[in-house]
Amino acid sequence: MARKLLLTHIDVPGIHTFDVYRQKGGYRAVEKALKTLTPDEVVEEVKKSGLRGRGGAGFPTGMKWSFLAKPEGVPRYLVCNADESEPGTFKDRYLMTHIPHALIEGMIVASYALGANTSYIYVRGEMMPQIRILERAIAEAKLAGFLGKNILGTGYDLELFVQPGGGAYICGEETALLESLEGKRGNPRIKPPFPAVSGLYNCPTVVNNVESIAATVPIINDGGEEYAKIGIERSTGTKLISAGGNLNKPGVYEIELGLPVEEFIYSDEYCGGIANGKRLKAVVAGGSSVPILPANLITKTLKGEPRLMTYESLADGGFQSGTMLGSGGFIAFDEDQCIVRNTWNFTRFYHHESCGQCSPCREGTGWMEKVLHKIEHGHGTFSDIDLLVDVSKKIEGNTICPLGDAAAWPVASAIRHFRDEFEWHVTNGRDAQVRNFGLAHYADPLEPVL
Amino acid sequence: MLSVKHNEPMEFTEELLVKFAEIVARYPEGRQKSALLPVLHEVQAVYGWLSVPAMDRVAAYLGIEPIEVYEVATFYTMFFLQPQGKYMLEVCRTGPCCLVGAERIMKHIESRLGVKEGEVTPDGLFSWRGVECLAACGYGPVLQIGPEYTFYENLNEDNVDKLIEELKEKAAANG
Repeated sequence: MARKLLLTHIDVPGIHTFDVYRQKGGYRAVEKALKTLTPDEVVEEVKKSGLRGRGGAGFPTGMKWSFLAKPEGVPRYLVCNADESEPGTFKDRYLMTHIPHALIEGMIVASYALGANTSYIYVRGEMMPQIRILERAIAEAKLAGFLGKNILGTGYDLELFVQPGGGAYICGEETALLESLEGKRGNPRIKPPFPAVSGLYNCPTVVNNVESIAATVPIINDGGEEYAKIGIERSTGTKLISAGGNLNKPGVYEIELGLPVEEFIYSDEYCGGIANGKRLKAVVAGGSSVPILPANLITKTLKGEPRLMTYESLADGGFQSGTMLGSGGFIAFDEDQCIVRNTWNFTRFYHHESCGQCSPCREGTGWMEKVLHKIEHGHGTFSDIDLLVDVSKKIEGNTICPLGDAAAWPVASAIRHFRDEFEWHVTNGRDAQVRNFGLAHYADPLEPVL
Repeated sequence: MLSVKHNEPMEFTEELLVKFAEIVARYPEGRQKSALLPVLHEVQAVYGWLSVPAMDRVAAYLGIEPIEVYEVATFYTMFFLQPQGKYMLEVCRTGPCCLVGAERIMKHIESRLGVKEGEVTPDGLFSWRGVECLAACGYGPVLQIGPEYTFYENLNEDNVDKLIEELKEKAAANG
């Protein structure tokens, strides 16, 4: 039976309330950290754990914390990134809905480690129900003495607030998030300076994903070394995977890093295989921004080794034949899905969400969207396919923030691995215009083949 | 597009002003501009949209220029600059939801309500639009309805029809 560290008590009735959460061992990590460890010792535990940012970038969390500048007399901030907007990803919503106190407890532990006395949880505006849940949980924790002044008599003060976004994927990028928190448009800042030096209100700031912060609780409870015993190589601990698409059992699963991808897709303990008796065609393993892979390359590397759910294994093969763990937004495409249409859909998303600052992203995403729309609707040419690859290359690496890359990679990888589908759309223009609510022409599982 | 009637100054209710003050208190001295997004959400929850007089009043309250409010209201997709239906059905239209039939649901809503994306039904009750990934990809297709953004998942034609009927009844009951 795989170990769970975050969702251990997910099925306990009332686990979203302070009382039940506390009863099940909640807020022990706060007591342990504030009463028996110095802030630096907490940082050390997180470093030892090998925890990597669970939002998508996978940057070692302990290292990020150690970069925090500590000038005299300047406030420091911890901001939780709960802007979950990467298509395919829904684990943070799940965690905040069902065990909000796991996040609150993690925020207290992490704020203490970083020397922050005011911390914010930036939640995307559409998650108003989760905002209400978190506000209620914060009030409960405050009433019980775990927030506010002189927590548990240790002399540590912490105020925690929830900040809503306004509907902007780009605000998941940490500097755009800070701009939004300051009441401005979500335009990413050029780095350096990094938030660790100049972040919220130009003060030293750490921005961490919901799951990363929640993970500090078991790390403090059991110790960083224990956490690092789970997993393989530099992929330690457990990860929440958001499984969606054409699966029998989509949903959020907590896995030990190192689980074979094939087992994750087909075992009844996890996704239970492809729905409706169909075959797997492709997988986007870590949110829409990571390269799409055909079925044969998601379960095995190019060399024929079984792929595991780890940062290293999924990236085996680089951009030629690999992908990334990313946010863990695992999207499965069955044999009836149209890769061209999905690529257009994702590109429309990036064009819509582009903040507009950089020309390569603002213009490039729009251009790719138009060309993909042309191909999808049967008016494309062969040179259009090469044009898409060319435009994607011109966006990549030439933007202020990673949204440009995120828009380029799905297009480049779809053409790399599924060029035959794009070419089919070019040579079968008339058939390409026949649509069944956006599903593929190869066959529509819900309606007869035309 | 921004509404044209600038010339009617407006005052907010006492209830809203109390809420604003509570929000502003979350930030350090002099950083009240951070309250802008939460305040705009509160205003939209009451009035249904953000008119120019409302945005000007928010600017005055926070001690910032009107342009600073306009630029935020036009950037973030959740803010409406024109009146919407009483119930604005926002359906996720991004990849993973489309794999499980979101486009079919949107076509169904369009034919059920009889209006195109962004238009309001003649009785003022409904409007709808496609929005980007709502982070519920395992339960798709999904839709949400503001201002509390109540969430509806695993949509099909039947439960969408049922939802529309329930909303019609609710509106009729409340007069």
